[in-house]
Amino acid sequence: MAVTMAQAINQALKDAMSADDRVLMFGEDVGRLGGVFRVTDGLQEMFGEERCFDTPLAESGIIGTAIGLAMYGYRPIAEMQFDGFTYPAFEQIVSHLAKMPNRSRGTVKLPVTVRIPFGGGIGAVEHHSESPEAYWAHTAGLKVFTPGTPEDGYSMMRESIESDDPVIFLEPKRRYWMKSDQQLPVTTQPAREAVVRREGTDVSVFCYGPMVRTALEAADAAADEGWSLEIVDLRSLAPLDTASIVASVKRTGRAIVVHEAARNLGLGAEIAARIQEGAFYHLEAPVLRATGFDTPYPPAKLEEYWLPDVDRILDAVERSLAY
Amino acid sequence: MSEPATEPSAPTDRPDGAEEVDPLTFLPADEPVHLVDADGTYHEDPDHPLDLTDEQLRELYRLMVVTRKVDREAINLQRQGQLGVYASCMGQEAAQVGSAYALGTDDWIFPSYRELGAALVRDVDAAGLLHLYRGTWLSDHDPYKHNFALMAIPIGTQALHATGFAMGARFDGKPIVAMTYFGDGGTSEGDPHEAMTFAGVMKSPVIFFVQNNQYAISVPLAKQTAAPTLAHKAIGYGLPGRRCDGNDVLATYAVTKRAVERARAGHGPTFIEAMTYRMEAHTTSDDPSRYRTKEELDAAALTDPLARMRNYLTKRDLYDAELEAAIDEQAKATATYVRAGIYDAPHGDPMELFDHVYTDPRGHFEDQVEQLRAELEGAGDAEGQG
Ligand SMILES: Cc1ncc(C[n+]2csc(CCOP(=O)(O)OP(=O)(O)O)c2C)c(N)n1
Repeated sequence: MAVTMAQAINQALKDAMSADDRVLMFGEDVGRLGGVFRVTDGLQEMFGEERCFDTPLAESGIIGTAIGLAMYGYRPIAEMQFDGFTYPAFEQIVSHLAKMPNRSRGTVKLPVTVRIPFGGGIGAVEHHSESPEAYWAHTAGLKVFTPGTPEDGYSMMRESIESDDPVIFLEPKRRYWMKSDQQLPVTTQPAREAVVRREGTDVSVFCYGPMVRTALEAADAAADEGWSLEIVDLRSLAPLDTASIVASVKRTGRAIVVHEAARNLGLGAEIAARIQEGAFYHLEAPVLRATGFDTPYPPAKLEEYWLPDVDRILDAVERSLAY
Repeated sequence: MSEPATEPSAPTDRPDGAEEVDPLTFLPADEPVHLVDADGTYHEDPDHPLDLTDEQLRELYRLMVVTRKVDREAINLQRQGQLGVYASCMGQEAAQVGSAYALGTDDWIFPSYRELGAALVRDVDAAGLLHLYRGTWLSDHDPYKHNFALMAIPIGTQALHATGFAMGARFDGKPIVAMTYFGDGGTSEGDPHEAMTFAGVMKSPVIFFVQNNQYAISVPLAKQTAAPTLAHKAIGYGLPGRRCDGNDVLATYAVTKRAVERARAGHGPTFIEAMTYRMEAHTTSDDPSRYRTKEELDAAALTDPLARMRNYLTKRDLYDAELEAAIDEQAKATATYVRAGIYDAPHGDPMELFDHVYTDPRGHFEDQVEQLRAELEGAGDAEGQG
């Protein structure tokens, strides 16, 4: 029976809450409604209102109380309803969630998972399609994970909840309905390890979250042109699996980073820097980026022009191969 | 209007499950609760009976004296270049000591940066706390040892941690109360309001204790709010808002005690505004002569909380030269201990920078750990050569 990414994450939440009664799930509309994307569907019925509950509509409050609950000894999972609405919680995430374990010299642990549906491509109204991952990846003290497959949706969510470090868990919302035949539960590689989704010899394509599928489609199309793409799913954006990134570039000599987020100071910049440090003499071409533009996220009817797609990736491949 | 004899907690038959109470009982009384005059005269208040033994009354005074002494020592240490900066609590000793004293040992405190007095009530090692101000480390105390969280500098943010902690206590069925301190300026930040919203809805056993010391750095209360009093804000969240004379340690104790009992009985949070005055500069970096007059300061000095409690104890025949000497000696000993812990205290091993960022640091900064190690060795070699 096929399972979608949303169902896989839902199952991970259920299994984690069954396994450990210190795990709590809360946020806006996650209780009775089961979340606007139904990712928390059924949790309140299964675990009661004290373990899966609706909070008042206040994101800083959700993260700030998650910190207090974690200090008490719970393992909170907090949902931010949409990427664009994480900003009210920015201070609690950056100044406290990320820093408190360090400030306390390790005496305080904050095993908090922050679930954020992120990214565009679903024709949403403004503020519902943002890619804020660079803010979190830039912040020491946070781990930032994003699954590109339903299997990883399950396994990486379990890993996040079990982590004693705070994890920002970015759920690629346009892939919520992506299906797999995998039986759950499933344990994939640890999140900190990047995974080669498709081996190739000409160009390495580094991608994550919603762009994994797009990159795989690009690899199919590239094959028709006679180009062999290696698709590397990063999975964890903090930490980054530098060794796997560098190893892939050493095999192919060319690298492209793909992300929905705007280009300026996006993950692509960091990955390009690491490739140049780690594989300088193997590079046949500059590291190129296929990303969103350095503009605010566009209105729904224009998002197809803004988001990186197969064509934008292939264009980058062509430019890389031209060197 | 006067406060009801017992805090409202009527059971509900409202369809949404919310409490049916007369909302007007959430409003603060016209006058702050005040039990002791400046000359030590005590006024009985049936709503705030005193349950303190003579020994405890003396202890409250002792804690205030020790606080003031250590506070002064910290200012001196800053003047001598031993602390980078320090935020004094002089003038606020009664607000902090009385409120913290009303908590039980299992209860938690979520402080701001100014809560030396509350820390001393919990027996937190003051030298450890002051490392934050020396810059040797960001804190050097284990919050779980004294149920005293890290001092929060981003204004008002700790109110949410206290609320979350109190939610946890309630889920866990433990009679633990969390109290958070913030300032009058803090009541303008968003987080305390979100905290009160959560606490009201979740009936969390949390106390929001506001020290209204009249200033947020240089900005006076009048520019912070148009509300009649800060305590009036509470009704908007379904919380009782209470006010007390913050320089009257028996009043701050009694009002907090009542809030603690309410919280412990499962009736939820309380907001307390303690009227006090910040006698010192905002921090040692501040120059208050730019925004307040000497006359104002002189007038505030007349309301000094230590003198008031001493007058009260004297009137009750609980204070004599022997006690004075014993308390002074203890204050001096604590100040000396703090000085010894801070003076020329070396910073820790720079390699510790990487130790507590993650419980699982794999993949985050191995190369940077090596880089710093090499830089330190290089520096060591250079020193060796020189
Ligand atoms: C979010 C935030 N904004 C600004 C500051 C800078 N700042 C430090 S203390 C302070 C005034 C705080 O006043 P109040 O809340 O009344 O507390 P008090 O210092 O009087 O105890 C300000 C503006 C800060 N620490 N945090």
